[in-house]
Amino acid sequence: MSLMRQSVADPRKAAIRFRNATVGYDRHPAIHHVNGGIEPGSLVAVIGPNGAGKSTLLKAIAGLLPPLDGEIRVEGCPRRRVAYLPQQSEIDRSFPIPVFDFIAMGLWRSVGLFGGFDRRADEAVAGALATVGLAGFERRTLDTLSGGQVQRVLFARLILQDSPLILLDEPFTALDDATSEALLGLVLGWHAEGRTVVTVLHDLHQVRDHFPTTMLIARRVVAWGDTRTVITADALRSTRAMTEAWDDHAPICRHEDAP
Amino acid sequence: MTAWDFLFAPFVEFGFMRRALVGSLVLSAGAAPIGVFLTLRRMSLTGDAMAHAILPGAAIGFLISGLDLFAMTVGGIGAGLLVALLTSLVARVTVLREDASLAAFYLISLALGVLIVSWKGSSVDLMHVLFGTVLALDDAALQFIAAIASVTLVALAVVWRPLVVECVDPGYLRVVSGAGATIHMIFMVLVVLNLVAGFQALGTLLAVGIMMLPAATSRFWARDVGALCAVAILVAAVACVAGLLLSYHANLPSGPAIILVAGVIYLVSVLFGPVGGVVPRLIPAPHRAG
Repeated sequence: MSLMRQSVADPRKAAIRFRNATVGYDRHPAIHHVNGGIEPGSLVAVIGPNGAGKSTLLKAIAGLLPPLDGEIRVEGCPRRRVAYLPQQSEIDRSFPIPVFDFIAMGLWRSVGLFGGFDRRADEAVAGALATVGLAGFERRTLDTLSGGQVQRVLFARLILQDSPLILLDEPFTALDDATSEALLGLVLGWHAEGRTVVTVLHDLHQVRDHFPTTMLIARRVVAWGDTRTVITADALRSTRAMTEAWDDHAPICRHEDAP
Repeated sequence: MTAWDFLFAPFVEFGFMRRALVGSLVLSAGAAPIGVFLTLRRMSLTGDAMAHAILPGAAIGFLISGLDLFAMTVGGIGAGLLVALLTSLVARVTVLREDASLAAFYLISLALGVLIVSWKGSSVDLMHVLFGTVLALDDAALQFIAAIASVTLVALAVVWRPLVVECVDPGYLRVVSGAGATIHMIFMVLVVLNLVAGFQALGTLLAVGIMMLPAATSRFWARDVGALCAVAILVAAVACVAGLLLSYHANLPSGPAIILVAGVIYLVSVLFGPVGGVVPRLIPAPHRAG
């Protein structure tokens, strides 16, 4: 019974704390000196130009990349329970795995590496597929699906992960309006359930219309807070001045920790 | 000549043919599914590289106790595991990718192996190591092959789910579980074990053939992973039977005969395989309504 309780843990508790966090590769920061926090239950859009460090930041929150400096702490959600949707390029879409098997990975926490699937699991998978509009796709294999269908399948897996903290990296890129809207509906639903959702986005209209909080970054935090105050012409202009290139001989960064 | 004479008499009359048949069939059951996972992981050439990496171990065993299968097997497993371990280690702690790292280590290993064999053995012995002796399998060798095939099938059944997840979405496995590296190492150990088992029967070079050719062939006949493995095992088994018969009747070396039959099945599948073969793609088929 205690196991059961765990699986329906209160989804309203996940928070993220940044303390002078710097993440990047090979001593070069992709984004540095992030201070602040993401409160439980918030819906945050991360925006910024290409190369601003958006994906790297998400990867670091998911625990896949240790910070070069400082600290990123996830509270109220164990690292292994974080639901993270990377950009599609990281998944081998040519692999002939049935949609059922792929989505059932989302039940990892309750089923584990070796456990069997029971009727309840079957129903959960079918339910998640129906929610994303792919009812009856269980036996189709991943390599026969279109890009939009794969993205729906990934969302179905996110549903089954039932995580208090959901990280989405450009989830609506290259989708048609109908698919994009349906999936956005799911994201807003998660927000309404009290889950913490952090999403990398490019469509500023979408951000303005649906996301209460925005984090504008350009290898550093440019602005962070209420979306209406963050997305301003001035702020967007300042991100264009960002240098994307690595300087191999860049001096050691001497940023003062105190704000 | 009757069908009986052609198909069954060689096995009924000669013990060494029966042993060869049993050994190669059992080998197929373990090696073919490993090959399927290698192709799915885009590591088709890894088997070949690992086969070369095994050579110095086998050669050192040969150096110490002559043409003794036990010593050569232990040496081969040792060398294979060492190369697999070093490859993974370098790939994980440095910038070098797994494939480049493996290429470096197997070449070092191969050079060492050739050096050792030529230092003491004659070229006839080298041929023996490279091309195997399926017609001279003794009880110990058969038991060894059977043990490895059993271990392989049980291990695959146990790690099947995480292994498939590791292939299709390694990033996901990294988030939800720390088992990715372990699964990869278990898989590489299975690759090494099956190559060593294969070199008992077919030699280091041809052991890769029974692993990879049926696996590549299976892609033209099936779609999902389980079916691919089943088809690969079947193709490997057919190749073994037909290859042994061919070698018996035409008086050809048995190892190459088995691999060549597998090669012919592969070529036929490339042309006529229903899943993406050349000819089925050329035949205009009316498309379905939905």
